[in-house]
Amino acid sequence: MAVELDVFVGNTTIMDEEVYQLWLDGYTVNDAVKVRMAGGVLDECEANQDVLLSDTMDQYRTFQMCERLLQSPAKLANQLLFQIPPHRQTMLIERYYAFDDVFVREVLGKKLSKGTKKDLDDISAKTGVTLKSCRRQFDNFKRVFKVVEELKGPLVENIRQHFLLSDKLARDYAAIVFFANNRFETGKKKLQYLTFQDFAFCAGQLINNWTVGAVDNMVEDMDVDLDKEFLQELKELKILITDKDLLDQHKSLVCTALRGKTKAFAEMEANFKNLSRGLVNIATKLTNTKDVRDFFIDLVEKFIEPCRSDRWTPADIKLYLTHYTNSAHILDSFKHQAVWDRYMGVIKSCIYKMYHD
Amino acid sequence: MPGKLKAKIVAGRHLPVMDRASDLTDAFVEVKFGNTTFKTDVFPKSLNPQWNSEWFKFEVDDEDLQDEPLQITVLDHDTYSANDAIGKVYIDIDPLLCTEAASVISGWFPIYDTIHGIRGEINVLVKVELFNDLNRFRQSSCGVKFFCTTSIPRGYRAAMVHGFVEELVVNEDPEYQWIDRIRTPRASNEARQRLISLMSGELQRKIGLKVLEMGGNAVVGYLQCFDLEGESGLVVRAIGTACTLEKHSSGSLVNTHTHPNTAPASNACNSPSKDGKESPLAHGCRSTHNSPVHSACSSQRLSQNFSVSVPTLIFTGMGSGGSAGKEAGPLKTLLRQQTQTALEQREFPFFTLTSFPPSFLVHVGGVVSARSVKLLDRIHNPDEPETRDAWWEELRQEIKSHAKALGCHAVVGYSENTSICEEVCILSASGTAAILNPRYMREGCLDIGSTDQRFDDPSPPSCGFCHIPYDELNMPFPAQLTYCYNCRRQKVPDVLFTTINLPAEAAVTGKGCLIQARLCRLKKKAQGEVNATAISNLLPFMEYELHTQLMNKLKLRSMNALFGLHIQISVGENMLLGLASATGVYLTALPAPGGIQIAGKASGDLNNEQHVQSIQKRINDTIAKNKELYQINPPELTEEGVGSPIPEPRHRSRLFRSHSESSDEVSELDLSHGKKDAFVLEIDDTDAVEDIHSLLTDASPPTGFYTCNTETMPGIYNWTTAVQMFTSVRVLRLSNANLSNQSLNKIFTDLCENLLKSFYFKLRSNIPCCLCHLNFTVAVPEEELIQVSVTAVAMTFDKDQNQEGFITKGGNETEEQLQFPLELCADSSSTNAQPSSKFSGVPENTIVSSRAASVDYGSFADRCSTWLELLRLKANTIRRGSVKTSRRTQSLAHSVSSLEHCSPLTEGRPRSLRSSRSFGGSSVTMVKMTPLSFLPGTRIIKFLGIINMFFIRETTSLREEGGVSGFLHTFIAEVFAMVRAHVAALGGNAVVSYSMKDCVLMENPNKNQAQCLINVSGDAVICVRETDQEPMTSMTNIGQTCAADGAT
Repeated sequence: MAVELDVFVGNTTIMDEEVYQLWLDGYTVNDAVKVRMAGGVLDECEANQDVLLSDTMDQYRTFQMCERLLQSPAKLANQLLFQIPPHRQTMLIERYYAFDDVFVREVLGKKLSKGTKKDLDDISAKTGVTLKSCRRQFDNFKRVFKVVEELKGPLVENIRQHFLLSDKLARDYAAIVFFANNRFETGKKKLQYLTFQDFAFCAGQLINNWTVGAVDNMVEDMDVDLDKEFLQELKELKILITDKDLLDQHKSLVCTALRGKTKAFAEMEANFKNLSRGLVNIATKLTNTKDVRDFFIDLVEKFIEPCRSDRWTPADIKLYLTHYTNSAHILDSFKHQAVWDRYMGVIKSCIYKMYHD
Repeated sequence: MPGKLKAKIVAGRHLPVMDRASDLTDAFVEVKFGNTTFKTDVFPKSLNPQWNSEWFKFEVDDEDLQDEPLQITVLDHDTYSANDAIGKVYIDIDPLLCTEAASVISGWFPIYDTIHGIRGEINVLVKVELFNDLNRFRQSSCGVKFFCTTSIPRGYRAAMVHGFVEELVVNEDPEYQWIDRIRTPRASNEARQRLISLMSGELQRKIGLKVLEMGGNAVVGYLQCFDLEGESGLVVRAIGTACTLEKHSSGSLVNTHTHPNTAPASNACNSPSKDGKESPLAHGCRSTHNSPVHSACSSQRLSQNFSVSVPTLIFTGMGSGGSAGKEAGPLKTLLRQQTQTALEQREFPFFTLTSFPPSFLVHVGGVVSARSVKLLDRIHNPDEPETRDAWWEELRQEIKSHAKALGCHAVVGYSENTSICEEVCILSASGTAAILNPRYMREGCLDIGSTDQRFDDPSPPSCGFCHIPYDELNMPFPAQLTYCYNCRRQKVPDVLFTTINLPAEAAVTGKGCLIQARLCRLKKKAQGEVNATAISNLLPFMEYELHTQLMNKLKLRSMNALFGLHIQISVGENMLLGLASATGVYLTALPAPGGIQIAGKASGDLNNEQHVQSIQKRINDTIAKNKELYQINPPELTEEGVGSPIPEPRHRSRLFRSHSESSDEVSELDLSHGKKDAFVLEIDDTDAVEDIHSLLTDASPPTGFYTCNTETMPGIYNWTTAVQMFTSVRVLRLSNANLSNQSLNKIFTDLCENLLKSFYFKLRSNIPCCLCHLNFTVAVPEEELIQVSVTAVAMTFDKDQNQEGFITKGGNETEEQLQFPLELCADSSSTNAQPSSKFSGVPENTIVSSRAASVDYGSFADRCSTWLELLRLKANTIRRGSVKTSRRTQSLAHSVSSLEHCSPLTEGRPRSLRSSRSFGGSSVTMVKMTPLSFLPGTRIIKFLGIINMFFIRETTSLREEGGVSGFLHTFIAEVFAMVRAHVAALGGNAVVSYSMKDCVLMENPNKNQAQCLINVSGDAVICVRETDQEPMTSMTNIGQTCAADGAT
């Protein structure tokens, strides 16, 4: 005796959020049943394991049938097959496009190609996220990437409109697309302590300040590619470290301002030239694609690590960078104020965000 | 040319990619009606084409308008090879032919392909202009409204109820034509879909003609079914109740259709009433015509036809002209005669309605049913489907005579169905014998409540229908009568079974619940006559056991009446399945049921005694628990011994109700039921053991759930607007070939119970809720497969204020009733005295019964036997080489009663606040569906027409589609989607009285193939919140165009 067929179809499609999450997380039907049983759902309705299995299978089937629609969310609203109230549609989409931070950390900045996809098994093993879930997340990244690649207009807005995502999730996807496009290195050991949210914040800074879109909002890829002109102009900042007078003058202005305001003053004074060289060198090298990729690792190596070994507090970092930036304005012979601000504004907030354990 | 049909193809969206190279599609559309086809231009390279075509105009007969669907085919243009079909849309334009229904069809329809399912959507506009033609009604019946709803549709009132209409049409099944060997599955499926669409159009038109002939303007309770008889053909048949309906709001008193009271007495269905002035029909005009379905050839099949008919009911009192009970007042006699003449004119005084206007139903006798086993043979001449007609005719006569035996002149809640396996077919008909108020049957009685006052039955509405309609001294079956517990004036039986919904005004104690009896019986595989005989031999036993189970379960729940009883017997190659579903309630007017007593065989055996006692205790505990669960606390506490349902030990052996308490005319108010004997089950009997097991294994619904198979649950009034309609199908494969009847029963019972458990679990978020209209259908699609399909609706209610209003009203009612004159006996003399001329068409043998040949079920000599005690083998008549065996079992007529105002609908409920909808931005109209005739918290402002759709889906990649479950899941979802789309296009936002009448699944996993046929129907409506004037959903995109010019 075996159940040959077992279906349950509601006029309004019935979807259990808990089961949906298990499905998204890549649980097999049997594993999902175990999880649900452990969750105590059985007590709710005098059900037994068979009931749970039958329900789980039904829901899984429904989700599989819906998956095609979820991949182009706009269709979900005007398709006729499933009658789903709009607020449920929103939930389905939002959850489908949600991702695991541990997973995204692994692929952030990697090319969203077949090659990467092949490595998903390893990532799955490493992160503990099921392969099925990894694939869904990876495919979501890729799908969003492909769609927005060809669109004009602001990146976040495009993602939000095409995939009907919340503002927060749309921003995260913008970060992922931005990282994938510029292939920023995020996997090095020294960067392991950084979370996806750290990077997403930095991506937001870069998108808002360093891309073409920051100055012109109607070009293709405006939010994805860095503003080439700006990168060229960054070379001019070299004067801050090559001109010995300027460097000294800068240092004394900063030190004057900092004196007595922090315990780490001695270290700041001692390291000023090193740190300044580090930051300015990063700026001047950004015309090379290779160096763009190393942007974050450079920030860590050239600035964050030295500070950390000197035990600066986050407040110290903020104080130092504020004065470092502002003092440059007082330098008479330094003519590149605008570029400097555009550069340092981003650097300051990125470093501040990245400066933690 | 009485009609012009106009169609415009606007646009498509989400089309499938048809050209792999470009990932795009070059789509165009063919629009076909009858033999005329138009095409749109090709819209190149797009998945969202905008054709915006001209108006395609078809000039056609209105007869064709009724029969034919508009057929829209979407194709992909291919320069070098044949164009590929993407899919089709069939649009039934019938709703446009009725001025009161929809005026335009406009909206997005799913493009459906029988192999691929839904493939994108197409936006279409359709209108009809009907010209007024003198010959307009010649062959068409445009303007007759059809309703699936089995009650007077909300917003209308019945000026007159004309009665039963039926029709059937037959044809060859395209699937079995020779051409099917060479055409593609797609072509074959489409031919079948189209044929069925044509046939149901034709059927509807013919029924419409009959309605016009009778002077009516509508059919309610329209029930259409398909019989897929395989090789022998395809039968589409329908029954319904012809009515003259008036809009409530119209306020006009006089109906234009004045129909004479005394139409020719022969048979109103078949002969036209010449004097109806609105009935310009020529007599018999429809025997031949130009419908494409028909093909001529001669028929001679009666002679080869073997038939065995097995009516399930017998009435011992039949034919006896037992005359008037002593109390029969002259008024009542007059009433009867009036009614009689009105109903007498009808060949079959049957009504497919299950709910009635107040005071329509006077008395209810009990369930009448009949079955017959037939061998199918080829249908030779589709134009004269007389064999099938004759079969049904026979059954209906049987039903009619049963009703008569119950002292009733009418049958309500009437339905017919079939089960087919290979060449054997079981035809079943059932209904509830009843006496109706004549005022709905006669002309000029529209002014309800004034002119007819004196004919009103004096029984109080809350219990009147339970009073026995038959003669107490000549009861058609052994029953125990007591005085009505509500009015104390007339006799009531101790149990009442009916096929109708609980009358809204009935007095009920506590809540009700779904009660099911389930049964499997193995049979040997056989062919032809042998097989038919074997089946017909089994049927009475099954019928008997099902009723025993029902009685036991009813008593276990401490209830005394069943409503909505539906017994389905399904035949397979090696087994028969029986499933009886009903909603049990405690009618206040009926006596409290006795308990169930267990008797062991050998007293003295200590172990056995203990065993018996432990079972007895469990049963008593269960009864007590159920009383609490269903809140059954009968208001009258005068009865002694309610708490101890077990009789004195000395009664323990066998209690025949006949001597232990036949009701006694001497005692004016018989309260003796209190010590009424219990239902005795002997556990030395294997069947009884089984019964006890099935009794105790049936789980009651978990807290927060109620179940019923009727429209609503007594005692629940405050429904919210949250409804969730669902369909569930489960198929079980019996792996073990050597199963016994017992283990099969267990498997079948578990299957049903598990389904219910699944529903409770899935719908737990709707708590507190009631699963209403739980409609179970069983089938044996193949050897070793059992299929159960369920459609129902979960309706949420507000937990608080559950019960009030009910108790208080019960009290008032009792007092009011005292004002009515005392009338104890139903007078059946006039019924029985009717000349038998109406039976002239029926073979005598069906009526002549010999009482001698009764079969005694020894082991079941408990009180069940009073319901169904005897099996009677009736005379076998052999004629023309055919054997006709008529066999009759018992009647189950049980009766009852109760409170008023149980209707959850009429009372204003402060519902609707938690509206499940705030669907602003959605571009798709939300369409609610329900098997009930209403949506809680809303008012139906317009009926847009009947939805009757038939789909076939086939796949040759079963595994890829997720196996047979995946395949069917998708298909059911697609069917829902197509129904919703059609309703939305008509401008509607809901479907009421929805039902899935067929779900035939065939699979061959080895070949990776499956095929499924689904037939659904319902009434498309526009409804508004009870408080609003405007449609409740955002119908922004579709509804507005409806304002355009009308259909005529």
